Amino acid sequence: MINKVSVYRKEHFNAAHRLNNASWDAAKNETVFGKCNNPSYHGHNYEMEVKVTGVPDIETGFVIDLKMLSDTINDHVIEKLDHKNLNLDIPEFSKLNPTAENIVIVIYNILREKLNSDLELQVRLYETPRNFVEYPVT
Amino acid sequence: MVYLTRIEHFNAAHKLYNPEWDKEKNEVVFGKCANENWHGHNYELYVTIKGEVMEETGFLFDVKILSLLIKQYVLDKLDHKNLNVDVEFLKNKMCTTENLAKAIWNQLHPHLPQAVKLHCIKLYETPRIFVEYFGD
Repeated sequence: MINKVSVYRKEHFNAAHRLNNASWDAAKNETVFGKCNNPSYHGHNYEMEVKVTGVPDIETGFVIDLKMLSDTINDHVIEKLDHKNLNLDIPEFSKLNPTAENIVIVIYNILREKLNSDLELQVRLYETPRNFVEYPVT
Repeated sequence: MVYLTRIEHFNAAHKLYNPEWDKEKNEVVFGKCANENWHGHNYELYVTIKGEVMEETGFLFDVKILSLLIKQYVLDKLDHKNLNVDVEFLKNKMCTTENLAKAIWNQLHPHLPQAVKLHCIKLYETPRIFVEYFGD
């Protein structure tokens, strides 16, 4: 039996954004995205939970060194997104709508590249205390 | 005397930027919060009123009415807005949490009945940062 364990690291950042589809006119954008379409942006405190699953190392007892996980998230995700305008400052969203769904996929892809491929990864992203998304779906 | 609190929430973009200063000074004083392209928060708002309980209703104040007042004079003006750009009552003010709490007090205070006193505006900018304003 393989004794896999999941470990979690919580981090947070805040950012401005707006939801807008450039190929639609203003009226349609407002109908679909409502208040979230405000041209002068609005913003959120995003909270993220990064879940890493694997077999604890025999020598250390760690699935992953949580300090290392924290540094990786901070260096590659928080530094990039915190106190930013997702639409204007983040190249990944120059053409991609920065919904919570798309943000969590972008975060996952950034972290996936940095973590050992033996480890499973899942990211949960809270846009508000009441709205959250998870990727990938297992 | 009883205290009654209604909790509400809104989210908004803002930046901390003093237009009288150059970009460098703003960045020194306000750091990441000075980002020209804005950033944003989920604000949690605690409105506390105080007064005597009315014998007939058992209420200090009808919380449904309190909720509607907060919605009309605060949330409708702030939610999903850019505080620096979209909000008339914050014009020419620095959009810090401190100033926002005071401005929310001023928005609500005139609309409460005589018998009900506004006690405190508590405003969370993040789950870890909040301010309280008691009107003095």
